[in-house]
Amino acid sequence: MNPLAVVLCTPVAAAVSLGFIPGRYHRIAARLNVLASFVTLASGLTLFEVRPEPNLYFFIDDFNVYLVVLTAFVGFTTSLFSASYIGHEVEIGRLDAPRLRFYHGMYQAFMFSMLLALTANNLGIMWVAVEGATLATALMVSLYRTREAIEAAWKYFILCGVGIALALFGTILMYLAAQPVMGGGAPAMAWLLILAQVAHFDPAILNLAFVFLLAGYGTKVGLAPFHAWLPDAHAEGPTPISAVLSGLLLNVALYAVLRFKILLAHNAGAIAPGPLMIGMGLSSLLLATFMLYRRRDIKRMFAYSSIEHMGIITFAFGMGGPLANFAGLLHMTMHSLTKSAIFFSVGHIAQVKGSQKLADIRGLTISHPTLGWTFVVAVLAIAGLPPLGIFMSEFLVVTSTMARQPVLAIPLVLGLLVGFGALILRLQGTAFGEVPARGHAPIKASLLPVWAHLALVATAGLYIPPQLVAWFRAVATLLG
Amino acid sequence: MGHLEFDIAHLLGTMVLVLSFGLLFQRRIFGVLRTFALQASLLAAAAAWQAYVQDAPHLYITAAIALVFKAIVIPVALHRIVIRLQIHRSVETVLGVGLTMIIGVGLVTLSILLVLPVTYESGAITRENLALALSVVLLGLLMMITRRNAVTQVVGFMSLENGLILAAVGVRGMPFVVEMSVAFSVMVAFIIFGVFFFHIRERFDTLDLHYLETFRGERE
Repeated sequence: MNPLAVVLCTPVAAAVSLGFIPGRYHRIAARLNVLASFVTLASGLTLFEVRPEPNLYFFIDDFNVYLVVLTAFVGFTTSLFSASYIGHEVEIGRLDAPRLRFYHGMYQAFMFSMLLALTANNLGIMWVAVEGATLATALMVSLYRTREAIEAAWKYFILCGVGIALALFGTILMYLAAQPVMGGGAPAMAWLLILAQVAHFDPAILNLAFVFLLAGYGTKVGLAPFHAWLPDAHAEGPTPISAVLSGLLLNVALYAVLRFKILLAHNAGAIAPGPLMIGMGLSSLLLATFMLYRRRDIKRMFAYSSIEHMGIITFAFGMGGPLANFAGLLHMTMHSLTKSAIFFSVGHIAQVKGSQKLADIRGLTISHPTLGWTFVVAVLAIAGLPPLGIFMSEFLVVTSTMARQPVLAIPLVLGLLVGFGALILRLQGTAFGEVPARGHAPIKASLLPVWAHLALVATAGLYIPPQLVAWFRAVATLLG
Repeated sequence: MGHLEFDIAHLLGTMVLVLSFGLLFQRRIFGVLRTFALQASLLAAAAAWQAYVQDAPHLYITAAIALVFKAIVIPVALHRIVIRLQIHRSVETVLGVGLTMIIGVGLVTLSILLVLPVTYESGAITRENLALALSVVLLGLLMMITRRNAVTQVVGFMSLENGLILAAVGVRGMPFVVEMSVAFSVMVAFIIFGVFFFHIRERFDTLDLHYLETFRGERE
């Protein structure tokens, strides 16, 4: 059986069946959710061995297979975390059982649309999938039905709706560029076929298309100045959703941008997408790091940190060349793993403390030593302290910038340092400091998903297997 | 493609654009809804005309979706929401109507200047259609920015989407147009559901909060 079909059909089947399980059986639903995510991960792993033939609608290459596996892996660990998180929310009465049916169904629908966007060969399908992912997450952001949550979902809908619309306009322009050369119909939207012919396209239309695509999908990546939806959506939704939003959805949107960047790179007359991406990346990085200082809500703070890191990654891919692309790919992976680990632990922290406000969260290492120290390690990892994985990839980004464009290294390093300072400052208060009277509830959840992610990040900082290096290199060359 | 086919397509596209200006001009919410319904039916006509000219039967589905869903179902639903939730009947604007219209004219000029030189080699119908479509998209954006009320923002979003569909049906042989219009319709349906929900909540919120406060007070 075709493993790609399994990867795509499992979440669909799970979404439909989870939609039918009544809310009072939410424990069973949560287990089924974990099981389905595991099957998706297992079949995703087989894609390394058996690679299906590309057709007009789907394909697997070196680049997307790695993101499919990463997505399936984080989806699986998040489903584990979600099971314990949601169980607790039901216990304290923040969520009622009927809503869980919706939640679990949507979780799998979201996984499906991301995997579809990653494996789609057809640009139209990719667009529909990103739109579907937006819809699924916007509905989940409003899950708590508080006023803030509804407002966040509304903002998310409107801003990302406009982004998605611009991306569609870009896609239409892309087809318009392809049509005279390749004739009409589905082949003119298939990425692999376009890539073979893109050199003959009219560069002027390609340029226009890319501007719309970058603004459109860039909104979903959370690049400045289109980032306004991101902190709200992260802060007000359930924490498992914040984890997959930060860890996965932003990557998928960036993946879409990169696919178009590759197309432009193969047309001699088209503009170089690099400077545009460098500009947006740097401005996101600088804006987000300065915003980090004034946050009062812990989830909002890490949402800004996601903008920061997506800025770094976009910057790296904008630089281009083997080394910077390698760094970008590595950073994408490390950020996904670390940020979702952070959101897992933040979820547990918010539950034991009963609040998301930074002012209420103090002295974690004293009141909850295991959770507290895990959180310390995770935050140090995201801040980029050696020897963890993020340090490694940031170091590579900085060295490649130094070698190619030394001037750009100044704002880059400045942004990194400012962000580092903000995170360490906040970490001191939350992890150490005086223990408040409230919030001593013992933690019941398993920290296994967090540790699994952190172990991978720590290992990658010290040693990356040569096969993986060779393979990252191959993808980096593909990215041009 | 003969002159007549070209002219009719051109005419329908231009009328969609004129109605975008109509949307910006309206000061009453019901007027906005009626204008939008008219715009959507003209879009349906434009899509059906393209289906006939290009001999692409699937575009008839797009036309039908535009006619049934956007020209009838959504305006009626929004009309009822406005009445039921007692939303303010006049449009709340950020900028004055006159200024908005001037900016709108500027945007149309911009999109013509942007699209026409770029698409020099494509067929004439695509070029004009694309310029009109981009103008409709930009005017939709302008409407979303300059209107405060949630209902008028949704209408702005939908008219933006009308522009996209206009672009998609105008490009010869574009696949997945139907799927895209369905995807958009689903999204809009959820957004409207969201508006409804948002306002319902706003009115019950005070009750809920009151309940929560008394509950907390009891506990501590």
